[in-house]
Amino acid sequence: MLLNTPSSPHFHGPSTVTKVMLKVAYALIPGMLIYSWLFGWGVIINVLLAIVTALATEALMLRLRHRPVKIFLSDGSALVTALLLGLALPPLAPWWLIFLGTAFAIIFAKHIYGGLGFNPFNPAMVGYVMLLISFPLEMTNWPAPLSLSDAHLTLSQSLAYVFGGNLPSGIRLDALTMATPLDTLKTNLGLNQTIQEITASPIFGGIAGTGWQWLSIAFLAGGLWLIHKKIISWHVPAAMLGSLALISLVFYIIDPAAYSSPLFHLFSGGAILGAFFIATDPVSGATTARGRIYFGIGVGLLTYVIRSWGGYPDAIAFAVLLMNMAAPTIDHYTRPPVFGHGGK
Amino acid sequence: MIRQLFKFKGGIHPPQHKDVSTKQPIRAATLAKELVLPLHQHIGESTVPIVAVGDHVLKGQKIARAKGYVCASVHASSSGTVIAIEERPIPHPSGFSATCIVIETDGEDRWIENTSETTPYTEMPASHLRNLIRTSGIVGLGGAGFPSYIKLNPAGVEIDTLILNGVECEPYISCDDMLMRERPEQIIAGVKIMRHALQAKRVLIAIEDNKPEAYAALAKACATEGFEVIQVPTLYPQGGEKQLIKVLTNKEVPSNGLPVQIGIVVHNVATAAAVHNAINLGKTLVSRVVTITGDGVAEPCNLDVPFGTPMQHLLDQCGGLRDDVDRIIMGGPMMGFAMHSIDIPVVKTTNCILAATKANVTPPSDIMPCIRCGACADVCPVELLPQQLQWFARAKEFDRAQEYNLFDCIECGCCSYVCPSNIPLVHFYRYAKTEIWAQEREKEKADQARLRHEFRQSRIEREAAEKAARLAKKKAAAQGGGNAKQAAIQAAMARAKAKKTAQGNAPKNTDNLSESQQQQVNKADEMRAKAQQIAADRRAQAQTAMVNKTVKANSDNHTAKDEKE
Repeated sequence: MLLNTPSSPHFHGPSTVTKVMLKVAYALIPGMLIYSWLFGWGVIINVLLAIVTALATEALMLRLRHRPVKIFLSDGSALVTALLLGLALPPLAPWWLIFLGTAFAIIFAKHIYGGLGFNPFNPAMVGYVMLLISFPLEMTNWPAPLSLSDAHLTLSQSLAYVFGGNLPSGIRLDALTMATPLDTLKTNLGLNQTIQEITASPIFGGIAGTGWQWLSIAFLAGGLWLIHKKIISWHVPAAMLGSLALISLVFYIIDPAAYSSPLFHLFSGGAILGAFFIATDPVSGATTARGRIYFGIGVGLLTYVIRSWGGYPDAIAFAVLLMNMAAPTIDHYTRPPVFGHGGK
Repeated sequence: MIRQLFKFKGGIHPPQHKDVSTKQPIRAATLAKELVLPLHQHIGESTVPIVAVGDHVLKGQKIARAKGYVCASVHASSSGTVIAIEERPIPHPSGFSATCIVIETDGEDRWIENTSETTPYTEMPASHLRNLIRTSGIVGLGGAGFPSYIKLNPAGVEIDTLILNGVECEPYISCDDMLMRERPEQIIAGVKIMRHALQAKRVLIAIEDNKPEAYAALAKACATEGFEVIQVPTLYPQGGEKQLIKVLTNKEVPSNGLPVQIGIVVHNVATAAAVHNAINLGKTLVSRVVTITGDGVAEPCNLDVPFGTPMQHLLDQCGGLRDDVDRIIMGGPMMGFAMHSIDIPVVKTTNCILAATKANVTPPSDIMPCIRCGACADVCPVELLPQQLQWFARAKEFDRAQEYNLFDCIECGCCSYVCPSNIPLVHFYRYAKTEIWAQEREKEKADQARLRHEFRQSRIEREAAEKAARLAKKKAAAQGGGNAKQAAIQAAMARAKAKKTAQGNAPKNTDNLSESQQQQVNKADEMRAKAQQIAADRRAQAQTAMVNKTVKANSDNHTAKDEKE
């Protein structure tokens, strides 16, 4: 009788990389649906385009690197990168923008470094920043919330615009687009208006801009579900949102005319998406519990600094990438005390 | 009273599968024709056989005596004839063989005459009790097999708590559970002896809450003893000594330390029953309860098995192996090891034989790259960073692995269990530990060689110095004797020299040379100098070669000597 003699343990739990990645993908679905409901078909087109590009590029790179294509293509990591990038880019952006950003993320931010598990930077954010720096015009061309715009594009009209740049007769581009609340705030603060004057504009309906707060709440729900499922730990989101809220509160108290409220900072732009889905990326983030708190605080503070005094209206991508650089050092200095070593 | 319980960090909840083997009461295993008793069945030193081939032995008779401190005797587990003392395969992950005493049973299963004292244990001095337990061959029956008498020695420390470990946290294993259900009075009688030996202030008996029958039985059996029977929430690896102490007392046993240092001693429930049998009944340790389980056997159950019984014999008794059995594990699925064959004996540390089908164990699947999720660190009961340890082990950075406390790892397997990338983490740690031990042995060997070399050098130098001193002394003595003669010779030489100087000793024909003649002379001088130089060089080279050869020969001798040693 031939007996198998592998080393212990002989049991393995149900967790796999694919399951982890798919749960992250599921958690993004409510946000994606709300986003699309608020801003139109462009969101769905973005996401699908990014997924197709990501999977194709991933397969190509795996082949070039002589890695098993089927195993790694089905691990779900390219899917998550695609979802995040698709959701981060402006809806109704031209197709090549999505294609370039996604392909760049997979090729340069992931596979050049050795593929799954070896990328020091969050691939989706590398793709985003590359586009932001290279194509500033396309990257700031945001559609208006449907509730504030008279012109609506059907699915086929949206596809025609994304792939051919053709708008149906009678709809002008500026009827479709509108600056984001964060963008408006930045521009108008530069024109010496006060927060109160700026937020009188209709796009500032609700706490963080018409539509935007609902989007954030949908992402928040998905993120909390991930914590409940133990796919992510609470450390990064809590530390990031906490530090962002705290520092914005301090400046809001000092000068409410020049600095917007903590609630606005938390619920506008990519703060919630970033806190639960981007800064929690295990591969490029800190890995110890205490390290994750420092990592989250860093992302929160840098986000605020860049939003308030930097050159870009939103700053999640830059903040995350900067903290990615610090992650190995943070891990080195945040080793937990070991059982029986007297604590620290 | 409900005791406050504490938590150790980490831990997992693997599927239990305990009920597979708890449907029937404990049965006695049938007697095998041949019993194979390894001399080394415990942690520590090997025993020394005290019987010879051909001797007839009785059940319970000592057949190998303990040697050294960390050791426990081995006894015949049935009556019969010693037919061999030879190398046989033993239960070991590597499928090793080791010296065993082989007994052909006579079927009578006759006990040796009970010569134990009639003195009750309460009147025996603790040291005498410990000696009896040592010569009865009792070791920890939880799985590690540490000689129990050592853990019954308070060693000058005041023992606050004696903990009886009935946790049995590994899936599938149920031998302690069944023992607690069926023989609680034996366990309690043993605990009383242990408490007496340790003079422990209190006794806590811990049982996981997935064993309510065992809890009820023990609680009933010790109702009047004042022992506290505690149900602890099921969590693997709570049965680990240090983890259990943390749960019950919130105290952490120092790394590299023993529980006794903080006034706590932990014993397994089956060990307590063995102590009762040895002290109260005079029966040495010759059998234990073994769980035979898994879908690979037709009738899983718990058997009372004489040591040395071949596992094949037990599996046959449980209806035989099914064809689709994948591996046979000694111990549980988390920490047990898969065996190379079933032609090996049950020993004191065999708590479970798990005949696992493919469905019982996790099928092998692709190992993915680490995604640094940190799930391993969340479940590590020792609060290590398994992920980092794995990187260091892979990179062979063993210094860093030790800096991250590799040797605190208890190899419980929690990290491997939860890893989404299916990385065999424990395997990496075992590899790193083995490499480090090998390096340490190498270093020790090199240190010894260096010491020997240095000693030899100093001896040679000393001898050379002594020789030189002797020569100098001799020379001085010779000089002292022949002074007059020497003076005469010297005087003669001085006279001759004076005469020569007066004559002028320069060659006459080299004065007033022509230019061409002078050049010839110079050339000749030059060539002579050159020839001398070459000769000198050759001499030097030859000398160096000689020296090298000698040095090499010396070092060769050295290596040969090391190997011999």
